[in-house]
Amino acid sequence: MNNLLISACIILVITISLCLYKGARGPTIADRLVAVNVIGTKTVVLISLVSFIFEKTFFLDVALVYALISFLTTIMVADYMVGENKKEEEGIK
Amino acid sequence: MTVLVGTLLFTGIFFLTVGTIGLLRFPDVYTRIHATTKCDTLGLGLVLVSLMFISGLSWDSVKLLFVIIFVWLTNPTAAHVISKAAYKRGIPMAEGSFFINKEEKPDGNI
Repeated sequence: MNNLLISACIILVITISLCLYKGARGPTIADRLVAVNVIGTKTVVLISLVSFIFEKTFFLDVALVYALISFLTTIMVADYMVGENKKEEEGIK
Repeated sequence: MTVLVGTLLFTGIFFLTVGTIGLLRFPDVYTRIHATTKCDTLGLGLVLVSLMFISGLSWDSVKLLFVIIFVWLTNPTAAHVISKAAYKRGIPMAEGSFFINKEEKPDGNI
């Protein structure tokens, strides 16, 4: 059972690093935001898997709080994207 | 039991990998959002359900259920907000996109 979880973790880390590459390279700001959102979701899965590998299940609270903070980050950066554009249109810097 | 958990776990990991391939290969912000959101929701759900089968009836299962419910509520919301912000900012769509109303075509600053 433990080997299954560890191999799943390794595959997940490889996909997270691919997403990180896309987030560093993505041509527009929205691409980077999508990549960061995906990394947040995958990190929640990774924390849950690690908590079951080490059999310390209080890590699940960490996963729950991480999901909350990741959602807030996405919402705030998207709001900032629109607000910055409006300021540019009105000529305020 | 191991077969059930392994099947659910690796189906979920498969969907997460497909979402990553969609993020890397699709030509456009909007299509990337389409790929990642669906695959992320399904992948996270399946992996955490397999962990619920491991832990059985306990408080850990309840916590995992809360995580699943919360992510299923917030992930589509975040995707909607990102796509709406990208459209308002005027990030262009891929070449050859079809528009019914030409006036609404976003173009301009990236």
